[in-house]
Amino acid sequence: MDDFLLTPGQYERLFAGFLMTVRILGASFALGIVLSLLVGVARLSQRPWVRGAALVFVEFARGISSIILLFVMAYAIPILFGVEQRNLLVLGSIALGINMGGYGAEIIRGAILAVPRGQTEASIALNLSETQRLRHVILPQALRVILPPMGNLTIEILKGTALVSLIGLGDLLAIANQMRQRVDTVVLFLNVLIAYFVLSQLINGLFRLAESRVDRRFESRAAGPDQADTLKAVT
Amino acid sequence: MSSTTTSTSTPPTPPSGSTDAATGGPRRWYQRPRLVVGLLLAAGLYLVLARLGTRRLRFRGGDVLGDPDLAFDPAYAWSLVPDALNALTVTAFSAVTGFAFAAVLGLVLALGRRARSRLLSWPFAAFIEFVRSTPLLVQLFFLFFALPELGVTLSPMQTIVLGLGVHYATYCSEAYRAGINSVPKGQWEAATALSLSPAVTWMRVVLPQAIPNVLPALGNFLVAGFKDAPLGSAIQVTGVLFFANTTAGRDFRPVEPYLIIGLCFLLVSIPAAWLVRRLERRIGYERV
Repeated sequence: MDDFLLTPGQYERLFAGFLMTVRILGASFALGIVLSLLVGVARLSQRPWVRGAALVFVEFARGISSIILLFVMAYAIPILFGVEQRNLLVLGSIALGINMGGYGAEIIRGAILAVPRGQTEASIALNLSETQRLRHVILPQALRVILPPMGNLTIEILKGTALVSLIGLGDLLAIANQMRQRVDTVVLFLNVLIAYFVLSQLINGLFRLAESRVDRRFESRAAGPDQADTLKAVT
Repeated sequence: MSSTTTSTSTPPTPPSGSTDAATGGPRRWYQRPRLVVGLLLAAGLYLVLARLGTRRLRFRGGDVLGDPDLAFDPAYAWSLVPDALNALTVTAFSAVTGFAFAAVLGLVLALGRRARSRLLSWPFAAFIEFVRSTPLLVQLFFLFFALPELGVTLSPMQTIVLGLGVHYATYCSEAYRAGINSVPKGQWEAATALSLSPAVTWMRVVLPQAIPNVLPALGNFLVAGFKDAPLGSAIQVTGVLFFANTTAGRDFRPVEPYLIIGLCFLLVSIPAAWLVRRLERRIGYERV
């Protein structure tokens, strides 16, 4: 068992990289959620040009490989637009966030379409404005459909954060790569793999928790037997 | 079409697909022209790709030098296109080979996970979950740097093919699992009633019905694998990203190479995704 552990000092270094990974994950997740909400709603807009622009964004973000987008963002964009290249953390997070936004927008679009039409009609009949309808009627119901695939997508983005080591950010993998010469590589990379595994299981757990909370809210409201079909099937 | 000797011994459940109206007998897969032509085309394309994609590329670059300021220079960018296309074949080859590996291994993983005995199914489930939730790049590093210490040394191309294959096999296994679950229970019961052996049940009843439903998902994974294939540059596979890195390092002009490979990817993966969506729609119709 002892053979599979590194020294405390090495773990300390790896932990610094781990924190970097979490920071990049947090930043790109925040950007990704905002982008997917905006673009997902825009894809269902009534104005054709808004719809078209959203479609172009989605096709771009899903069509380009996230690693290529990362390199374009880190090396080409700073020169083309005169941005300072020093802040690689921001540039890398933007690239991963755009990537997540493309996939997330499709999830949100699908979830909004899955909300029964009667909900939209009822809220029009109640004279709710378009934003009120989205905010209070459609999105809360769509959330049940959104959460499971969004959890998977977040894990994909976590896996994507390993790529930033290639553009020179000191994340977990980059630190491990620096330590490679002096440590037993098998043990080192197994530790790194397990760290990523634990983090992704953590994300998985958080999303499960959120799902169960959302589900509970729905079950307490829909109580009558005639609404039984809106209840989640008893597992 | 004359009925062959094999089709006179009719299988208990006709394989999904068309039956020949003239003879009334079920057609075998090799008697369906569309399928055979498609398979032959795919095999031919793959052979071409294998020939192009396994070259060792150098990237000497063109003779056009960009103007000294670093803004986008179309002439210089154009001079990089042939090298970029060469590199793209390497990336595509690694993606397609890795995916072929994944499609086969995925089926094995899916079957292993469905095994009756817990002792067999648990390790499969754990392996799938572990590989699915760790980054491909770390797995590649593990294969490339750590395996030699255990006595297995792989070339960069072998590493990327193996890495992509194992990583996407876990995804494919989930797709296969969903496809197998979508086969109605009555089919299993009928196979039991006819006292078919497990092997015949799987090969002639369940998988022929499960796999067409899985094809769109597999197509999506092929596109996704193609987008992950440039990761090979981290372990010195001479694909698109390696091309961009070396060119940018040689000419100190990072703008054009990265934009070109970005464009290459969009030009390949958007039509590919579109094709997959068409396949999805067609199979969706056939099921109705």
